[in-house]
Amino acid sequence: MAEQQNKNRYSIIVPTYNERLNIALLVFLVFKHIPDVDFEIIIVDDGSPDGTQDIVKQLQQVYGDDRILLRARPKKLGLGTAYSHGLKHASGNFVVIMDADLSHHPKYLPHFIKKQVETGADIVTGTRYVKGGGVHGWTLMRKLTSRGANVLAHTLLWPGVSDLTGSFRLYKKSVLEDIISSCVSKGYVFQMEMIVRASRKGYHIEEVPITFVDRVYGSSKLGGSEIVEYLKGLVYLLFTT
Amino acid sequence: MKHIAKIMAFLMAVTAVWISLLQTKMIPQSHTWLLPLYFIVSLGCYGLLMVGVGLMQFPTCPQEAVLLQQDVIEAKQFLKHNGVDVGTD
Repeated sequence: MAEQQNKNRYSIIVPTYNERLNIALLVFLVFKHIPDVDFEIIIVDDGSPDGTQDIVKQLQQVYGDDRILLRARPKKLGLGTAYSHGLKHASGNFVVIMDADLSHHPKYLPHFIKKQVETGADIVTGTRYVKGGGVHGWTLMRKLTSRGANVLAHTLLWPGVSDLTGSFRLYKKSVLEDIISSCVSKGYVFQMEMIVRASRKGYHIEEVPITFVDRVYGSSKLGGSEIVEYLKGLVYLLFTT
Repeated sequence: MKHIAKIMAFLMAVTAVWISLLQTKMIPQSHTWLLPLYFIVSLGCYGLLMVGVGLMQFPTCPQEAVLLQQDVIEAKQFLKHNGVDVGTD
């Protein structure tokens, strides 16, 4: 079946911190799975001590520095500001945000793009919790907290999407700019705030099943205090959205 | 309208119904006084049920880990060949 020419340009923003190996693997996989799409990868590195930026420069030699943009920052300044920073340098009319640790597989990028083109959605968000999606490498405890957190958030917020904390998403650039300016939370709550605010504002949101394999290389940044932050975040969203 | 306002409005409507039930004496008073308790307990049970069902039906994808490992091997091969340092972590 012949595909209509997609004249959109996609800016893929990837925040990194100590992702020396993963970022190279990620870039390879992106080029492998969307070779005929007009895109750029914007890597926002927060001063990684492991030499992530050196690897990015090597990748620029291979793929071109018009396709791979390094927009670094001096130190860890948070996820939300990383997206804002990347957004300032984005030349596409669409923006994809994804994690650098390969838990978000680039093979789903064509699915996101297709879904958006078919439905004209403002936002396409990846969901791990529906049939066709899934997770691997999660302990029972993690599944329990994830499920519990989801049920709680759905009961309190009625968000309209199945995966609130997911961070593999495709946005129309104007939509992302609009929402990000009104979001103030940090970490996982930031992702929730983005999608809840989008839902409240009436943006057209579609979902695409994705599989999520817990990080292969490196240490996960999930800690215990995240639960407290999550609960505080829920209450905050309850009162401000 | 903020979401909390919607929830408050809903709770107020439910409370109004409850108070009117208390006053019209359609249902025996003893039952009516316990209705809020039943409501909260049901909500709790529903929540636990949703968590339990969700946990049992949690979609998993072990085959994806295998595929990912294959991708990693392919990626490392290409990158090494093209001068990107993918040495052991």
